[in-house]
Amino acid sequence: MLRVDAEQCIGCGACEEQCAFGAIVVKDGCAVVGDSCTLCGSCVDVCEAEALHIEEGPGREAADLSAWQGIWVFAEFRHGQVAPVTYELLGVGRRLADQRGVPLSAVLPGSGVRGECDALIAAGADTVYLVDDPALVQYREDVYGRVLEELIRCYQPEVVLAGATAIGRSVIPQVATRLGAGLTADCTGLDIRPGDGTLLQTRPAFGGNIMATIECPDTRPQMATVRPKVMAPAEPDPDRSGEVVEVEIAPEHLSSRVEVLETVVSESEQVNIQEVEVLVAGGRGLEGEKGFALIRELAEELGGAVAASRAAVDAGWISYPHQVGQTGKTVCPKLYIACGISGAIQHAVGMQSAEVVVAINRDENAPIFNIATYGLVGDLFEVVPLLARKIQEMKK
Amino acid sequence: MELLVCIKQVPDAKDVRLDPRTNTLAREGVESIMNPFDRHALEEAVRLKEAHGGTVTALSMGPPQAEAVLREAIACGADRGVLVSDRAFAGADTWATSYTLARAIDTIGSFDLILCGKQAIDGDTAQVGPGLAARMNLPYVTCVQKTRDVVDGGIEVERMMDDGYDVVRLPLPALLTVVKDINEPRVPSLKGKMKARKADIPVLSAADIGAEEACIGLAGSPTRVVNVFSPEPRGDRKIFTGTAEEQVDQLIEHLRDFL
Repeated sequence: MLRVDAEQCIGCGACEEQCAFGAIVVKDGCAVVGDSCTLCGSCVDVCEAEALHIEEGPGREAADLSAWQGIWVFAEFRHGQVAPVTYELLGVGRRLADQRGVPLSAVLPGSGVRGECDALIAAGADTVYLVDDPALVQYREDVYGRVLEELIRCYQPEVVLAGATAIGRSVIPQVATRLGAGLTADCTGLDIRPGDGTLLQTRPAFGGNIMATIECPDTRPQMATVRPKVMAPAEPDPDRSGEVVEVEIAPEHLSSRVEVLETVVSESEQVNIQEVEVLVAGGRGLEGEKGFALIRELAEELGGAVAASRAAVDAGWISYPHQVGQTGKTVCPKLYIACGISGAIQHAVGMQSAEVVVAINRDENAPIFNIATYGLVGDLFEVVPLLARKIQEMKK
Repeated sequence: MELLVCIKQVPDAKDVRLDPRTNTLAREGVESIMNPFDRHALEEAVRLKEAHGGTVTALSMGPPQAEAVLREAIACGADRGVLVSDRAFAGADTWATSYTLARAIDTIGSFDLILCGKQAIDGDTAQVGPGLAARMNLPYVTCVQKTRDVVDGGIEVERMMDDGYDVVRLPLPALLTVVKDINEPRVPSLKGKMKARKADIPVLSAADIGAEEACIGLAGSPTRVVNVFSPEPRGDRKIFTGTAEEQVDQLIEHLRDFL
């Protein structure tokens, strides 16, 4: 409960200004809290009169935090390879482990995955917990969840990181719920607080309009998913040595209620737009499938992939897995070229974390120019082919 | 078939923006809407009901004004709406939210299928659906792009993956989270709107659902928001001028690192 000390409150309105949820208003010279308060605490921090306090009811019992040690990375394996985000997690995981002075481990569940252990060790893992079982050949929510849960209960790591991929975002919340552990989705920054060693997890909220730093004070493990391409991958060192611990899982944990009947790998979806460094995106301004042929050529020249706004997907010019934005995917490539996209907030929230944004649009007042690093005002049917040709010439 | 849909009321993102002067979220005129993904979950539930019979219950957790999205759900084909609302739920993270929803569902009935949107657009976590399945010990599949068939006490669905999709069969009762590709939601009918206006929406408190105090709201949440700040602004932006060719040349000059 957020309490207002009426004696202390000077009615300055700083809290009202600060509140992102419109939950606090100053009435007759005193702050009044409404129903939409989420207890985020940002008003408490700005109140110079110290009139605001968050009162908590009886909370959970604090776990014995010292019993939990080490940093873990969930190594995701699908269709014959370890997901690239795993190596990015090992990169950041190594840094966190060194800051904490604890080991870094990778957990590798799968079938026929033994051969991947060396690469995980080269990328920074001190230990690989290997669960190699035919029951794990397909991703099934319940089996993968129980395997991770069993391993975490057994070895008690203080931090568990996973990729914010289709599999990671599906399996990890289940595990966290059963462990009673805090979980932060889609982190873009991870750090260890000096002193108590707490994991500080930073993520965008409201589609990147604000950033929030989150911690788990009383529970372990501290769990987080990390978006692909946000962290730099670990530089592999083939001379590193590490230990492989093969773990047997009891058969009852490997039985599943879920049956995977078929796996369809889509030709056009082989490139996951969340995992490429360059995206060329098209919107309504492309005027049809022919327009997409143009941006495909540009994407090829740049070694990137093609993305789209909702308008282009709804028009049927390109399939849904390419959609960027609020009801599509959130991407953060190094370079994002928006062609004929007006840049409505629903699109912007899915791409504004890109390192460099180039906007090509006929309308110089299009909102996309407000979030662009570089803007070209002109006819994309002229600009895009010209850009593709000049890049091609340069490469020669 | 007894179906339940979880629905969240969220601020409409098109209204959410930073006030450039104060660098805080400008909230004037921010409308509340039904979370877009939940709209697709609702539509799928109504279609399953139309094909297989049964009822659709819409459930929401939120402040009293969240009742509006439940009326909207009834207008779009749900048979009834239930609101879980209590000041004690304030500050709940996804762990405490899945606990609260699970307690509420246990209180109101038993269901063959629970549907949720993939994620809510204000938090984007995608954690409550799988968390709820874990609480209720239900088999689940996330990011369903198509329900193919309901046969022999099971359901066959297509689960969207990063590189295509899987066809998955799971026994009922079960939980699904859906993506927007799954269907095209209908607009409310006039009859539906009238039904929605008259509908009685029961409100359940923490006590009504037998929730333990230590598991709800801020106190029951393992995560804490410790700092909220504005993202670093993008560096100087450059809008090029000149002919198409001149602009392209300037751009290439600036993009050398990528070429």
